[in-house]
Amino acid sequence: MTNDTTQAAGGPSPSRRSLIGWGGAGLALGAAAAGGAVAMTRTGNDVDPAGAETGAAVAFHGAHQAGIATPVQDRLHFASFDVKTDDRAEFVQMLKDWTAAARRMTAGHAVGEGAYGGLAEAPPDDTGEALGLKPSRLTLTIGFGPSLFEKYGEKFGLTGQRPEALVDLPPFPGDNLEKSRSDGDLCVQACADDPQVAVHAIRNLARIGFGKVAVRWSQLGFGKTSSTTPDAQTPRNLMGFKDGTRNIAGTEPDRLKKFVWVGEGEGPAWMTGGSYLVARRIRMNIETWDRTSLQEQEDVFGRDKGEGAPVGKAKERDEPFLKAMKPDAHVRLAHPDSNDGVTLLRRGYSFTDGTDGLGRLEAGLFFLAYQRDVRKGFIPVQRSLARSDALNEYIQHVSSAVFAVPPGVLDKDDWWGRALFSKEA
Amino acid sequence: MRAVRLSVVTAAATAAALAAVTGCTEKSDAGSGDAIQVTAADSKCETSSKSVPAGQVTLNIENKGSKATEVEILFPDDRIVSEKENIGPGTKYTLTAEVKAGSYEIACRPGMKGLGVRQKLAVTGGTVAKRDPRLDKAVAAYREYAQEQADATIPKVETFANAIKAGDIEAAKQAYAPSRFGWESTEPIAESFGDIDPKTDTRVNDLEKGQKWTGWHALEKALWVDKKVGAEQKTLADELVTDLKDWQKRVGKAEITPTSMANGAKELLDEVATGKVTGEEDRYSHTDLSDFKGNVEGAQKSYELLKPVAQQNDKALTTELDKQFSALNTLLEKYRTDKTSDGFVSYDKVTKDQRKELSDAVNALAEPLSKLAAVVVK
Repeated sequence: MTNDTTQAAGGPSPSRRSLIGWGGAGLALGAAAAGGAVAMTRTGNDVDPAGAETGAAVAFHGAHQAGIATPVQDRLHFASFDVKTDDRAEFVQMLKDWTAAARRMTAGHAVGEGAYGGLAEAPPDDTGEALGLKPSRLTLTIGFGPSLFEKYGEKFGLTGQRPEALVDLPPFPGDNLEKSRSDGDLCVQACADDPQVAVHAIRNLARIGFGKVAVRWSQLGFGKTSSTTPDAQTPRNLMGFKDGTRNIAGTEPDRLKKFVWVGEGEGPAWMTGGSYLVARRIRMNIETWDRTSLQEQEDVFGRDKGEGAPVGKAKERDEPFLKAMKPDAHVRLAHPDSNDGVTLLRRGYSFTDGTDGLGRLEAGLFFLAYQRDVRKGFIPVQRSLARSDALNEYIQHVSSAVFAVPPGVLDKDDWWGRALFSKEA
Repeated sequence: MRAVRLSVVTAAATAAALAAVTGCTEKSDAGSGDAIQVTAADSKCETSSKSVPAGQVTLNIENKGSKATEVEILFPDDRIVSEKENIGPGTKYTLTAEVKAGSYEIACRPGMKGLGVRQKLAVTGGTVAKRDPRLDKAVAAYREYAQEQADATIPKVETFANAIKAGDIEAAKQAYAPSRFGWESTEPIAESFGDIDPKTDTRVNDLEKGQKWTGWHALEKALWVDKKVGAEQKTLADELVTDLKDWQKRVGKAEITPTSMANGAKELLDEVATGKVTGEEDRYSHTDLSDFKGNVEGAQKSYELLKPVAQQNDKALTTELDKQFSALNTLLEKYRTDKTSDGFVSYDKVTKDQRKELSDAVNALAEPLSKLAAVVVK
């Protein structure tokens, strides 16, 4: 290839993978009809931690949506959308179009007819910036917010379908929520190892959605703060600490079943195999934190800064002895033993959105947590943290959203939200 | 304003499709025996033919030079018929354009700057591929509309200029937005002339070094910010009238095609998205919503005229466009100061949430509108 603009290659639907000549072995999926085999790192519920090390594709189809138990990718682009149409058929068509685009993008293919080589008078279907990049383990995960059911329940035939577990989050002490970047009728979480792949995915879905949905707010995350692979080190947050070392791993089906996946008969049938997502933008007072003594920093978390080991222990994953910690230490308050065993699957990302205009970093943690029931998950844990956590002096929750995340897309004929929107389902 | 080049002739610039198997094979020649071979190099531009019949003209371009080049087909007055930028060294490109009989030049511009190396091209015969008569009708009706807009603008801009010359700031402020409406509704045509728009509609941050600030926005600042008009503003007012009369005379000669109409409609929505929704266009007077309405009205006019053909080619698209034009107009109507006037709420009174709503409605319309050109020429 000498020049993409003058010599279009690969027909109308070029595969990013084929352009870079990546030759992974794998099973052919529905998406392979467009001309490429897809390397699978995940089938159904099984997670292959080795997949974490490659730029391969993560299977889009499965009993659960990818992007939850999947080994955590390095980068995030998260977007929340408002619905802009009253027309149910139009909205459902968009969900189908989104699914088709997501299926292609997660396999490393361009959207629709591709980014070049089409009609000269028409803008290309795909925006093109991911051409030549690996699939980068892109996952796209959709969720439906409480307002979708409240505002569009009747118009979209969703009356009685709002799960009881999809509660509006109560106000917590210390919250300072910005309405314009909270909530949303639906959301898409894009995770990938290449930031451009994640941004490309959200951009193209937003473009397909114009007229049907509009981006309400979005958040970029540049570094993962959680791991769902037990062998990997827990990544550090912007405070320099490892947090959530006992996160639920993709290889722990029992804990996933117990804490993450919605079981049969728990709420409406369309949520079976799904999960609930809480998203919180947590601003950190970076500069004041940095002026805090090492002793206080370690006391606040209840860990040492170097290894990340709980107070009095040697290794980051050693079982903590909570009573050795200060009563308001973060680990002590967040630990399952202090919360009747409650565990969340955390998938948060560090963010920096430039400066706040006062010469300080506008930075923090974009907290993402998946759980089987918000009422038995995030809410009790956050109640406890908001009340007592020593960390509160250095952080502030500035946005909040909750979404019902439907089960996975099963095959090439299935689409996001089918069980919710399809009468026959 | 933004420099936008209206594509004046249906130009199908098609990148040569390659064999999919290896992803790297070069396609053989574009096929047509009548194609002109253009060999571009750093200091030469060879063409295999100096005369071709009117209609579809194909250039098989090869850049044998060391720099990226640009190849253009030019009207005698250097207006561009069709062009391809950024043809890399050692690469080939096929450029096709529909060209009427006349004298043209082919220019190769190594390094993509300067006048380039030129070759004459005579296009002979009178027959251009026959166009759908409904499209010819649409073009004629659009030209008539553009002329009406220009004709109606002149007395309004004279009212504006006279108020300034009389030193009547209040009257001038009242006349400002109405004097711009016709211009805004047909802006792609005005911009296609190239030389008028910089004189009449330049914003202060668009000025090049040494360029004198003239036109509407210089007067807007004098009226709303400086709150005084002196000899300089009176001269600017006269110049504005002169420049717009020049525009009025030239509208009839503008090259208009179905494609340029469709693209022009999309460009008007681009103007809204980049200039009006942000409040940049009329930053002193905050009369952005009047310009906004002008842009939308002009875009809708182009669309309505092309609709008979577009509807036949893609019913779903026209259904969507009807819906989104209607939704945007309904939303805009909420901001009229009263039902009878042509005035709109001052844009500094439009809240952030309201601007977001307007922006969402613009996106909802502009996205399907970007597909109109391809559907019309299908």
